[in-house]
Amino acid sequence: MEYQGKDLFRRVGIPTPSGVYATTADEVKAYISAHPGSWVLKSQVMMGGRGKAGGIKFADDAAQGETLARELIGKVLKSIQNPDGEEVKSLLVEEKVDIASEAYVSITIDRATKQPVVIVTSQGGMDVEEVAEHDPGAIHKYWIDPAAGYSPYIGRQLAFAAKLPDGYRKAFPGLLGALYTLFMDYGANLVEINPLVLTKNGRVIASDAKIDLDDNGLYKHPDIAQWNKAQPADEDQAAAVAIGLGMSNYAKLPDDGAKIANIGVIANGAGLGMGTMDAVKNAGGLAANFLDIGGGAQAELVKKSYNLVTSDPRVKAMFINIFGGITRGDQVAKGIVEALAGGDVRKVPLVVRLTGTNAEEGRAILDKAGFIPVETMDEGAARAVALANGAN
Amino acid sequence: MAIFLDKNSKVIVQGITGREGAFHTTRMLAYGTNIVGGVTPGKGGTKIESGQPVFDTVKDAVEATGATHSIIFVPPFAGADALWEAHDAGIQLAVCITEGIPAHDMLRVVATTAGMRIIGGNCPGLISPGKSLVGIMPSQIFKEGNVGMISRSGTLTYEIVDGLTRAGYGQSTCVGIGGDPIIGTTFVDCLRAFASDPETTALVVAGEIGGSDEEDAAAFIKEHIPDKPVVAFIGGRSAPKGKRLGHAGAIISGNTGTPESKVKAFNEAGVPVADRPSQIPELLAKALKR
Repeated sequence: MEYQGKDLFRRVGIPTPSGVYATTADEVKAYISAHPGSWVLKSQVMMGGRGKAGGIKFADDAAQGETLARELIGKVLKSIQNPDGEEVKSLLVEEKVDIASEAYVSITIDRATKQPVVIVTSQGGMDVEEVAEHDPGAIHKYWIDPAAGYSPYIGRQLAFAAKLPDGYRKAFPGLLGALYTLFMDYGANLVEINPLVLTKNGRVIASDAKIDLDDNGLYKHPDIAQWNKAQPADEDQAAAVAIGLGMSNYAKLPDDGAKIANIGVIANGAGLGMGTMDAVKNAGGLAANFLDIGGGAQAELVKKSYNLVTSDPRVKAMFINIFGGITRGDQVAKGIVEALAGGDVRKVPLVVRLTGTNAEEGRAILDKAGFIPVETMDEGAARAVALANGAN
Repeated sequence: MAIFLDKNSKVIVQGITGREGAFHTTRMLAYGTNIVGGVTPGKGGTKIESGQPVFDTVKDAVEATGATHSIIFVPPFAGADALWEAHDAGIQLAVCITEGIPAHDMLRVVATTAGMRIIGGNCPGLISPGKSLVGIMPSQIFKEGNVGMISRSGTLTYEIVDGLTRAGYGQSTCVGIGGDPIIGTTFVDCLRAFASDPETTALVVAGEIGGSDEEDAAAFIKEHIPDKPVVAFIGGRSAPKGKRLGHAGAIISGNTGTPESKVKAFNEAGVPVADRPSQIPELLAKALKR
């Protein structure tokens, strides 16, 4: 969230507005009493569009700050991006800055060139994708060679190219260097300052902070990894981690208008998982989820995965798609039967596609246990869709 | 011929005495891979059960055996270090099986290992059927032949290869390039090698949502591979935007990485895109007849 992003900014020396992070109205009141002046109360939420949703308020004294904080904390903010809404649990109280100019700067990974790319525009405070669409000439990019790293000329070159107002010129090269350090050292998929404010008295400060960190690099920063544990970005990711899967190995999928996504899907491997979703769609159905169970498919994990998928009430039939490969088909079948034959699971029609070594023996085991073994992915998808629609 | 790997390629295993490394070393040896040794720091001077020597460093292993290829089974935090060590020792091709290497480690590695081909990370490796396996693929589904295969995924590759083999289409080389956002060898790198391989007469490209590797591949095919038929498949065509599906790189963000853009790019390059893996052999048969 913003306050955490600004914490990281301060660690590398990027200036941010003065202020305090608060979880209660009393803290807000106490802070403003001690620091009289004009303050902004910013709701700390993950969703975009919080300003329009009424999540940002202005206070000129402690009493007003307290009243507004009481209104905001506990309020559910809704925006177009997030129609379900998100509850405000904390606030960032920040000095109200006199804005002379707003710019935009970000660094992200360009997969095609395998290099970090810096994006700068003088049109800050707006959605950068909109700027790119309406005024592509205002967007300036620079690809940094990770072997050479950052040097201040890159910042100078970009500041001139993007025609940043003169007030930015002195601070910008150093600030971009700090942002690059943050990007590389903390392993960010994205670091974004929007807006990067030039104040009327000539300061350059990061008025907002957006940082997306690569999960694979979090082990290098245990304190930050802790933030993620405290606030999982997404319910599906939290559910996946809770049963011992990788964070992105499970995702619930949406309905398509009136068509309900009612086929549960489990596959071994991400590519096969996506292929299985597609096969269900080709068969006229919709997958309720993506779930990559990984290699091996051990009994315990099969059961937990099955329970996770069937915890979605939409699921009317299940399709487990295992390409045996190195793992023997009869072992996989035994694992599935062991996991699901007991009474403590929600029973839905279960189609299992099994191939690889000893697949025939495996299918015989499944058949005997009352499951529906099939040989190919297309056949399995078709059976599961038919069963979800009420066929026997 | 084949690409990247043939019967004589001398291979070492980094992490040869670890659980995964030892298991797959046995499988690769059984397939006929020319494994000349391995590396586990602290176990130098010993031998594994089948007799191959273990060294403390990649440098020692290369000096003693003349190895040119390495396959890496180390934990994610050691992935970049293992790749740099291989590069420093003069390894020409490193297959990195490890899943979960930080993307920024890979950014640095890719920028500083010129002269060494990296396959992966987060990949099933490389196989030239009938010749050599430097990977973790189930070798029994492959068959020696003339179809070059490139894929971003493991099990989906097996699904497609199984279909090809059953339909009588053997493979020259199959490369699993890996599902991470930053990988060493891309589709285009593989296509360039396949284009000049006389043994490869047709190609299958199995992509998925996310990134623009497939679009780049399509442009390359259009420009540089007029004489070898290509069939493509895109995994995740029914995926919603913004969800990361298993592979760190499989995500549609904004308007990049969409299946529509990938299918369109392939079609414009004259490459048919299969709706399902089971259609690939039949599309290949059609393409070969033209």
